[in-house]
Amino acid sequence: MAKLSRQEVEYIAELAKLTLSDEEKQQFREQLSAILEYAAILQQVDTTGIPPTASAIPLKNVMRPDEAGLSLSNEEALFNAPDAQDGCFRVKAVLDDTP
Amino acid sequence: MRYEPVIGMEVHVELNTQSKMFCACRADIFGAAPNTHVCPVCLGMPGVLPVINQKAVEYTIMLGQALNCEIQLHNVFARKNYFYPDLPKGYQISQYELPLCLNGYVDVQPEGSPEPRRIRIRRVHLEEDTGKLTHVGDYSLVDLNRAGVPLVEIVTEADIHSAEEAYLYVSKLRQIVRYLGISTGDMEKGAMRCEVNLSLKNAATGEWGTKVEIKNLNSFRSVRNAIEYEVQRQEKVLAEGGAVEQVTMGWDENRQVTFVQRVKEGDVGYRYFPEPDLPPLYLEASWVEQIRAGLPELPDAKLARYTTDYGLTDKEAAVLAEDRATAEYFEAVVQAAADFPGVTPKQVSNWISGELFRLLSESGLEIGQVNIAPAHLAALIALVNANTINQTAAKKTFKVMFETGRAPKDIVRELGLEQISDAGQLEQLVRQVIADNPEAVERYRSGQEKVLGFLVGQVMRASRGKANPQLVGDLLKKELQTG
Repeated sequence: MAKLSRQEVEYIAELAKLTLSDEEKQQFREQLSAILEYAAILQQVDTTGIPPTASAIPLKNVMRPDEAGLSLSNEEALFNAPDAQDGCFRVKAVLDDTP
Repeated sequence: MRYEPVIGMEVHVELNTQSKMFCACRADIFGAAPNTHVCPVCLGMPGVLPVINQKAVEYTIMLGQALNCEIQLHNVFARKNYFYPDLPKGYQISQYELPLCLNGYVDVQPEGSPEPRRIRIRRVHLEEDTGKLTHVGDYSLVDLNRAGVPLVEIVTEADIHSAEEAYLYVSKLRQIVRYLGISTGDMEKGAMRCEVNLSLKNAATGEWGTKVEIKNLNSFRSVRNAIEYEVQRQEKVLAEGGAVEQVTMGWDENRQVTFVQRVKEGDVGYRYFPEPDLPPLYLEASWVEQIRAGLPELPDAKLARYTTDYGLTDKEAAVLAEDRATAEYFEAVVQAAADFPGVTPKQVSNWISGELFRLLSESGLEIGQVNIAPAHLAALIALVNANTINQTAAKKTFKVMFETGRAPKDIVRELGLEQISDAGQLEQLVRQVIADNPEAVERYRSGQEKVLGFLVGQVMRASRGKANPQLVGDLLKKELQTG
């Protein structure tokens, strides 16, 4: 299997909000390619007729009744926050561009 | 060049469960102090595990069924990955390839259109809501109370062709979620939020234009206005030989314009994958059928029944079926009317959409707070039908019933409102009125028959509103002919 391109590494880094140096891009290009090669081995298994599975754990239909319980206090919720104001987490300015 | 708008909608509806989607924090967060309905699960702390709220699944199935969807027994939650502080986990738990409901439809009835328009529903899926950001200068404040509140997303096919149809669709959707009791549907409180995908189709060539997405449509008015604005904007761009860009736009409620928010990313940017923390759902078909059996009768079915079984007009039926509480009150009165022969559903309809609605709007009360027992309203109508009281007295009685919840016959007796239908008693008043109004009598006898109304009014006044107006008319005519 062909190696990941440099552009693909840059795209993945962008999605993960990582700033990589040229050296790191090369390093991750090799590491990620190795992971893909390993995945390619798994893809050789013949899965014809086997439905896709979303989970390897033999559990299904785990649900809870709709009952409200206790929440944290505001102090507890913000205890580890690097910055807070007016009961809220305070973060660097973000543009309103929720996906 | 003529263009037709082609519109698809995504509507998000917050479910009114007790607890959040994946944790036990209370889901009713309206008006709560920031970050007081949060816990390690919805704060996205390391090492916590979400657990699916069964009620939220049930509510989504109910909605899917009400929207004529196929319910998918096998469905899976998925992670939608993106970085934004409204989601502390770095992903939203949603559904992607295997949603709960697929392939439904809703019919809407545009004004003046002979046929209803069918809007196909592509999918209905369950996910969690995100937190709320407040932007203050060079920083933002994050309140995560809303993060994790159960949220349903309803996606249509591009079957909507005008601002009016979009408005009707959203209204209908709100009516349905309210009938089902699964959401408040309050747009102004953010319980229902709309997004529109809009492109213009060239009417001559059938070619579809570039799709633009408009977000932040948080009122019925903004849905209508934003679509109208955007259609005109795109028509102008095309007329001037320009090209419509594929962008996401916001709607500025104050300035009544759309504005570009950002360039649209493809789905691939979200890197959806099955949520490893949640085992898949393989629902029991029997449970899904049990939910279906428990669905209330929906507005369309009520409308049809009111017109066919009760002989109401479409308009009368629509007013009564508009919300579930009104429909249920109407039906309770109709049912009680079985004990009062001659009381028709039409009469019940008139009293509810007339006097009752008038008193409700005057008093600011909701129909659920009305303390007129259904049997009392039926009894009141029966009193009018039996000529025991006239229409004026009935309205007076109804007002006291509305205020006190007392039985109509007690009120009628106490206030002495019984109609005078005794000819002997009325003849005296009739003769007196004739004697007191020689001029009017002269005009009547010279052929001005309209004057009779005036004379009837005089007798009614003399009887302090209690005379049977029909009988008064008859007596006057007889007296004027012979006299």
